Amino acid sequence: MARVALIMGGALIGGDYLLSGCTTDTDKKKETTKTKSADKAPPKLAEVLDAKQISFMNEVGETILPATKTPGAKAADVGSFMAVMVRDCYTPKDQKIFVEGITKLDEAAKKQGGKDFLSLDAAQRTKLLTALDAEQKQYSKTKTLEQPNHYFRMFKELTLLGFFTSEPGATKALRYNPVPGKYDGDVPYKKGDRAWATT
Amino acid sequence: MEKNTYDAIVIGSGISGGMAAKELTEKGLKTIMLERGENIEHIKDYVNANKNPWEFPHRGGKTQQMIKDYPVLGRDYTLNESNLNYWVNEKESPYKEAKPFDWFRGYHVGGRSLMWGRQSYRLSDYDFTANAKEGIAVDWPIRYEDLAPWYSRVEKFAGISGSRENLPQLPDGDFMPPMEMNVVEKDVAARIKKNYEHRRMIIGRTANITQPHNNRVNCQYRNKCWLGCPFGAYFSTQSASLPAAVATGNLTLRPFSIVTKILYDKDTKRAKGVEVLDAETNQTYEYYAKVIFLNASALNSAWVLMNSATDVWPDGLGSSSGELGHNLMDHHFRAGAHGDMPGYEDKYVYGRRANGIYIPRYRNLFGDKRDYVRGFGYQGSAGREGWSRDIAEMSIGGDYKDALTEPGKWTMGITGFGETLPYHDNRTYLSKTEKDKWGLPILVMDATIRENEQKMRIDMMEDAKEMLEKAGLENVKTYNNGYVLGGGIHEMGTARMGRDPKTSVLNKFNQVWDAPNVYVTDGAAMTSAACQNPSLTYMALTARAVDHAVSELKKQNV
Repeated sequence: MARVALIMGGALIGGDYLLSGCTTDTDKKKETTKTKSADKAPPKLAEVLDAKQISFMNEVGETILPATKTPGAKAADVGSFMAVMVRDCYTPKDQKIFVEGITKLDEAAKKQGGKDFLSLDAAQRTKLLTALDAEQKQYSKTKTLEQPNHYFRMFKELTLLGFFTSEPGATKALRYNPVPGKYDGDVPYKKGDRAWATT
Repeated sequence: MEKNTYDAIVIGSGISGGMAAKELTEKGLKTIMLERGENIEHIKDYVNANKNPWEFPHRGGKTQQMIKDYPVLGRDYTLNESNLNYWVNEKESPYKEAKPFDWFRGYHVGGRSLMWGRQSYRLSDYDFTANAKEGIAVDWPIRYEDLAPWYSRVEKFAGISGSRENLPQLPDGDFMPPMEMNVVEKDVAARIKKNYEHRRMIIGRTANITQPHNNRVNCQYRNKCWLGCPFGAYFSTQSASLPAAVATGNLTLRPFSIVTKILYDKDTKRAKGVEVLDAETNQTYEYYAKVIFLNASALNSAWVLMNSATDVWPDGLGSSSGELGHNLMDHHFRAGAHGDMPGYEDKYVYGRRANGIYIPRYRNLFGDKRDYVRGFGYQGSAGREGWSRDIAEMSIGGDYKDALTEPGKWTMGITGFGETLPYHDNRTYLSKTEKDKWGLPILVMDATIRENEQKMRIDMMEDAKEMLEKAGLENVKTYNNGYVLGGGIHEMGTARMGRDPKTSVLNKFNQVWDAPNVYVTDGAAMTSAACQNPSLTYMALTARAVDHAVSELKKQNV
């Protein structure tokens, strides 16, 4: 069986996940007679991120993984993906860190250049997030299980996961083949060829 | 009573129950297969099998609600949103842990045949004779030659792909063409063969068909098996044994049927049928038959026996030896090593192979002697890293993103799967106080690995490191991610076979000594665990036992 995928050298914050799913029929809703109680839709959870924060996170995501010759994180709407993940998969403690992280990021922006994040140009945004990523890497290196997670690690993890498993990420930035049909364990590779979306 | 009377009853519909139903019905017996959970129809009910990764809102991960609902399943990768329906509702069916024990169950038609790992290996006479040679537990009442033709029969039916290797510790079978190793695995395999006289790395033998077979389509290399395969490319009750049984016209399948006890007739000293609690209506029914196959999985088969005939034997049907529920085994794993393979930058793969490599056991064989008994095999694979890797000197921006859209370096990892010994004190029993949703007593697990397994785990790490390093890998690191019994999802031994009714629950044909028309042919029957993935052995034991039951019925012996 496929094993848990690890991201950035450690367990994903908010629980691990499987790289999953594929094939041709995109929206084949099927009737089912399942009656297990656990299958019933869980109670609707309160939203953690509002539209403004989602839009903010799309900008953060686009800075981490910008459009190049292929689409970037904003095209995949990673902000909306983050809103779902933070709402459903994060503990209340991590939710708080995430939401407060948005303010902290803005504070760091102001400290760097006197402007909030959305007012920075692309180069300034990249510079800021590069510094924040160095900070979170340093912090995470010595962090114990009990110590709080770093908000920027969350931002980056969810950006990567959300983008590379999204339709534009999987099919345009990476290569996706829902039904390979065969296996060849020795095919030529040349620098620049895109990686497979799922392994 | 007449309408509830069949020639045979099969309790459970997983790998061994499905096989029992197929064999019984093909031999002309009117058979009812009782399954405690819901029906899952082949293809139609594989609701997530055709989804793209982005169609899962949490990309296959787990939510806080799922973690709350599935505290046991959440201990491993098994808890995920893509096949949640296939796992037991833990709130309805709890169990108790006197010692930590992982129990990952599937309560539905097909059981764990829908989610199994599909690795399929024969046991050898090194395994069947080990208990006797070492004076551990009791001797197996059968030898390899007793089971070999039945291995062939079930392999040909199930469709096992694999390579013929002439290894005495891992007998060859009737295989479909093997899957392929990738370029790095091939080179590592060649180097292991060169570096060690008795170690081999082979492609996994897996119940994924590599050619069309019985109206099933060969594997399409999606590696989505555990969502249920729309091509029917891996063996499951749904893809293989159920359609075969249905085709005979002799099968009745009854889902939502919890068998609460086997009904024992003191006069004939035989079972006359079973009591069933309808899981939906809570109504009780009785079904009658000449022969009963108990295939509820090792722990639940023990549960059914312990809950049966208690007016004759207070500890249940088959308890006269004092071994029922004891000798609980599994395979311990999550220890091994992984490293980086330099080079091969101009090589990649096409397709997602639902299989890995296998290194058959070599410890304590061919003159090798360790400070523990038995041994372990390895499973693993090599591949190129994906987007979740770290990239040196890059962290944010376009160059970083573009670098991640290319594959990374080649890495390879192997994990040991080790034999656990049959310790009498490793056991399960009925709780006297705690009940499930239906008011039935729940199981208490009281079992743990011991010194022999702990010592073996050191070799599982160190051998892996040595082999990988000698094969040219760099930065090789060992790991021991911890293990509690049950985590291998290979529960075995709770109603073991033996030669003596005083020390075993089942005889050499899997008949309960105390009620010879009851056959137990799932993991409960295992006298020792060996280190090979066990499901193929359950299938072979089942086919052999059905053959015996039918011939005994003809002779009117059962």
